[in-house]
Amino acid sequence: MKSLTKAYRPISWPMLGAGGDTGSWRVHRPVVDVQKCTKCQFCWAYCPEAVIDRHEIIIDYRYCKGCGVCAVECPTGAISMEKEE
Amino acid sequence: MTTSIKQLPDTEQVLSGNGACGGCPATMALRIVGKALGPNAIMLLTPSCSVASMGMTPKLGYNWPGINITFATAGSSASGITHALEIMKEKGRLEGELPTVFSWVGDGGTYDIGFQALSAAAERNDNIIHFCYNNEAYSNTGVQRSGATPRGSFTTTTPTGKRQPKKNMALLMLEHNIPYVATATVAYPGDLYDKVVKAKNIPGMKYIEILAPCYLGWQFDMSDTVQMSRAAVRSGAWLLWEAENGKITFNNPTSLIINGKKAAEPVDEYVKKQGRFNRLLKGADSAERIAEIQGDIDREIAFMRERAKITI
Ligand SMILES: Cc1ncc(C[n+]2csc(CCOP(=O)(O)OP(=O)(O)O)c2C)c(N)n1
Ligand code: SF4
Ligand code: SF4
Ligand code: SF4
Ligand SMILES: [Mg+2]
Repeated sequence: MKSLTKAYRPISWPMLGAGGDTGSWRVHRPVVDVQKCTKCQFCWAYCPEAVIDRHEIIIDYRYCKGCGVCAVECPTGAISMEKEE
Repeated sequence: MTTSIKQLPDTEQVLSGNGACGGCPATMALRIVGKALGPNAIMLLTPSCSVASMGMTPKLGYNWPGINITFATAGSSASGITHALEIMKEKGRLEGELPTVFSWVGDGGTYDIGFQALSAAAERNDNIIHFCYNNEAYSNTGVQRSGATPRGSFTTTTPTGKRQPKKNMALLMLEHNIPYVATATVAYPGDLYDKVVKAKNIPGMKYIEILAPCYLGWQFDMSDTVQMSRAAVRSGAWLLWEAENGKITFNNPTSLIINGKKAAEPVDEYVKKQGRFNRLLKGADSAERIAEIQGDIDREIAFMRERAKITI
């Protein structure tokens, strides 16, 4: 679609990290125990940040805010919240 | 059959590293909505947490064209955009499937400040989806009461607990005779997803309200966002239903409560989990005030059960 006038072009663009490197907010870090994980994907579905790989169940710590929702919702207790250094 | 978690699509419209609090229920809900709407959509937002969560210019945390509009205008702004798109298509200036026009608005912007324009858009049956993510307060400005705040809840403007019950906004929208109304909450992502997919494919005005337990306003641990959402449904404080062309159906587990197959959990369990009811629980009249909250819930269940029987 043609832009009618440049003055009305949107000034922001979709990008990762729009709130910064939000991983630095973390007080506790979610750690997955692969032995206990059944790959049910619950953690992936409930993570508000979309930082969990749904197949590998690997967490992107650059943006994970450490909210702990994944750990509470994991049916097998495979995620523990460990205090950040 | 409700879509299972494994069947949810990969699409991510909410981008990692946005500005929302950890454990934010609004962001959690929007992620599921994004999976259902896909990228071909235009988003409108009124002042709210979800605007603050967009992040800092020139970065945007949501992968849609997003327009920040004034508080009272979600209904009228979305109407204008959907009409403009239809005219552009008529004139041959737009090809292919038109984008879904949707508003993503808090309870303040829906129940109170945006109600008039929203009601008008519904009466015109304009082709939009209005989402209300309901965290039961004006959270972004530090938690003030709204029309969605339940009785007994502490906010900065109800320091001794709100004295009035919340209003049934979804039912008010239903009484505008619009083709689709639904309620949902973050603990049931498949149910939410299915409702949004349905709404996307129905022409006219659609209203979807999502209960969004906000740890900051409700005062619980942020890791328990989903637990609180589930507790709200199990206690009957939040009812899951949808209405296609005016016919109401209840969704699980609310349908079990409505049919009397399962009793709603007593409200004290739900209330005790949240700091926003603390002051009420400590008062000398706490038993009476809990009974009032239970009374509001029982009334809503009884009312909705009967309302659903009217199918004409
Ligand atoms: C006309 C107007 N009044 C007040 C404000 C200040 N304000 C910004 S966000 C907000 C709270 C919105 O509450 P709600 O719609 O429930 O969304 P939430 O913050 O809870 O996500 C308020 C009062 C404003 N931006 N515009
Ligand atoms: S919720 Fe737990 S078991 Fe399920 S995929 Fe995540 S870590 Fe694995
Ligand atoms: S702690 Fe929160 S942000 Fe981090 S992976 Fe778990 S649910 Fe996602
Ligand atoms: S205050 Fe509540 S709704 Fe607002 S961003 Fe934080 S968790 Fe989300
Ligand atoms: Mg709100």
